[in-house]
Amino acid sequence: MTVSVDVRFRRSDWLKPPDLRRVPAFSPAEDRLNMAASVRCFLRSGKNAVSSLGLRGIHKSSAAAAQMMVRDALNQAMDEELERDERVFLLGEEVAQYDGAYKVSRGLWKKYGDKRIMDTPITEMGFTGIAVGAAMAGLRPICEFMTFNFSMQAIDQVINSAAKTYYMSAGRQSVPIVFRGPNGASAGVGAQHSQCFAAWYASCPGLKVVSPWSAEDAKGLLKSAIRDDNPVVFLENELMYGVPFEMSEESQSKDFTIPIGKAKVERQGTHVTLATHSRYVSFCLDAAAVLAKEGIECEVINLRTIRPLDVECIETSVMKTNHLVTVEGGWPQFGVGAEICARIMEGPAFNYLDAPATRVTGVDIPMPYAKILEDNSLPQIKDIIFSIKKTLNV
Amino acid sequence: MKNMLTTISNALCRITGRNVGAQTVSELLIDLSEYVNVTSLATPTLAQTLRQPPKPPPVGPRAPAAAQLVSAQTDRLDGPGTSVVVSRSFADFTSQATFDIKKCDVHRLEEAPPLKAELTRDQGLQYYRVMQTVRRMELKADQLYKQKIIRGFCHLYDGQEACAVGIEAAINPSDHLITAYRAHGYTYTRGIAVKEILAELTGRKGGVAKGKGGSMHMYAPHFYGGNGIVGAQVPLGAGIALACQYQGNNQVCVSLYGDGAANQGQLFEAFNMAALWKLPCVFVCENNKYGMGTSVERASASTDYYKRGDYIPGIRVDGMDVLCVREATRFAADHCRSGKGPIIMELQTYRYHGHSMSDPGVSYRTRDEIQEVRSKSDPITMLKERMLSNNMASVEEFKEIDVAIRKEVEEAAQFATSDPEPPLEELCNHLFSNDLPLEVRGTNPWVQLKSVS
Repeated sequence: MTVSVDVRFRRSDWLKPPDLRRVPAFSPAEDRLNMAASVRCFLRSGKNAVSSLGLRGIHKSSAAAAQMMVRDALNQAMDEELERDERVFLLGEEVAQYDGAYKVSRGLWKKYGDKRIMDTPITEMGFTGIAVGAAMAGLRPICEFMTFNFSMQAIDQVINSAAKTYYMSAGRQSVPIVFRGPNGASAGVGAQHSQCFAAWYASCPGLKVVSPWSAEDAKGLLKSAIRDDNPVVFLENELMYGVPFEMSEESQSKDFTIPIGKAKVERQGTHVTLATHSRYVSFCLDAAAVLAKEGIECEVINLRTIRPLDVECIETSVMKTNHLVTVEGGWPQFGVGAEICARIMEGPAFNYLDAPATRVTGVDIPMPYAKILEDNSLPQIKDIIFSIKKTLNV
Repeated sequence: MKNMLTTISNALCRITGRNVGAQTVSELLIDLSEYVNVTSLATPTLAQTLRQPPKPPPVGPRAPAAAQLVSAQTDRLDGPGTSVVVSRSFADFTSQATFDIKKCDVHRLEEAPPLKAELTRDQGLQYYRVMQTVRRMELKADQLYKQKIIRGFCHLYDGQEACAVGIEAAINPSDHLITAYRAHGYTYTRGIAVKEILAELTGRKGGVAKGKGGSMHMYAPHFYGGNGIVGAQVPLGAGIALACQYQGNNQVCVSLYGDGAANQGQLFEAFNMAALWKLPCVFVCENNKYGMGTSVERASASTDYYKRGDYIPGIRVDGMDVLCVREATRFAADHCRSGKGPIIMELQTYRYHGHSMSDPGVSYRTRDEIQEVRSKSDPITMLKERMLSNNMASVEEFKEIDVAIRKEVEEAAQFATSDPEPPLEELCNHLFSNDLPLEVRGTNPWVQLKSVS
């Protein structure tokens, strides 16, 4: 393997030989705890660093009262919207009696019954078409894909029947539907179950594509998506479901929504802009914490929405920091990072760049199964740190 | 000498249904002579019998007479509906038996698979061995998963062994097979060693896919996996059958799917083309009553999966009986090979584990139900009991086989936990076949990784 690596970057980190005496430990519980710990760390240090950009109407001094896992925030959002509007219903595989494959819809069938929470057979193309048809006729379905990998079976209905219809009908026929489910890599699920679909869906006009990170994001954005009269692709992340976040007081209201199309600056910084979404927001915040000790202050932007992209937020930030690194889990070619770089080039922020923008992405291969290979197929914190330093030329 | 006398006389008792064995050699010879209907031989003298071992019953033209003699005595033998044929060897055991098997319901077929299946001792031991190996391998995988040595998805096959073994017994290694994600059993029956399967589950370089595929993506010659997307493997199977037809090689493709996948649209598209073009494809629905957590009644408007092919003929088979599966598969494969087009086989079977290791398997079905199937219809137990009650093998023999299999699986697990993970150099290999080496972007623009075919 030829690796062109900056010599100052420690080789031992990159190519650690496997410890043959110890079986590779995989502990999702442990991982979640670690992630939660680093998030709590951030929350404690970064709360006063939250910028007002994108946080319309939220008091800076609000005391965060509760902790909530992403899974429960999604559950609460759906529960509140099902209660608020009886046209809203949920359909998908195992969403009702099984309480959801990942327990996101736990308790909803018990509360709302067969009419509102529907178990479907394993027939994505069919039930997605059915959901879109129901949306056309006045209902407001939430169509769950057990993972977005299975949405490929139904992608024609999402694109051709949902996304394009309002345009083709010149405004006559709207399709108020939400497609939601876990997207991207999980842990050890192999090539057919690990793909990120952000770029694929985001390239389609007529669709809105949302990618929440925190529990607050999840709740606010899902409620907005359900209330939106347009088809919204809502990309969750399985590894984030069990991560707890502090929830502000505002977010505990039944009318709490986060506007689609607005990014949020999670951490203020001056040296480099990190534009990222979903699980990689956590990674970027961790990398920022490490680099802060070396005097490098990173500005971390949680994109929240992929389409429409909040280019203005990124531009404002780049014009301040003069450096841009995008971070995502998806493949590099024709991806979210590629789009961000192109848009920056086309706009005023280009003249403020002191170095070419850098994309940190998944490796350009199908996802391997073995742990060591999987770990090296996705951006790690050290890759982010490395890329930032290269971009800053330090 | 006395041992041999006892042995032979016991054998004769079993054959002829007598309760009392010969006590002396001369008695034995009288019994033997009666048995083979020899008329002209003088009773051998005691001296002669002492000098040489008794003659074996003559075979050849006498044999049919012997068989007739035997068949007249069948009512005295153990086991209902069985008949016994004498072997040429002196083995203590019956070497072949015929068993009644459950009638298969048919759809759009004039004939049906036979109601009786012949089983030789060797075959029986072989089927037992393979089923038991699959069983122990799956239980070992369960153990390793709970120890977190296996991660990700793991869909176990225990309870359904008769399907994999019965199908393999009826087809040739040169035939083709493709299935969905509950594939460990088929990976074994199609020729991959237990250690390679377990090492793939633990993600090591000694795994059948070098650790890159995992549980759902194991391949072997004429075995196309291992497929993660529900139903997608069925059109693939039809395509493999197309290739067989195209190449005129008289091979068939067995294309498996579950009751959950049976509602997939792409199946019906594949059925249509297979029937239209008369592809040699045996579509097999492994109906284990639950698609993940959804029972068949809650998922399918029609649960007669063998009829769902509509214009394609179908058979419904007891999937817990390895002989039933074998006979039905033979019937189905012959149907395809004779150019009649595709056929559907529904195997009624059951999985003891939940859908996958993250599903306890008891929220949508009762423990009683699982226990009942285990005690009344377990495929391995059924075969063992059949063989024992027809004296085709002994309890000790089965125990020996069990011990050997346990050892094999233990050694395989040992390999699977000690083999190293694949080297990082492997990360980007196998993107393209038969292509020049290329460079692959790593996680950032400064990392270019090497990829070879």
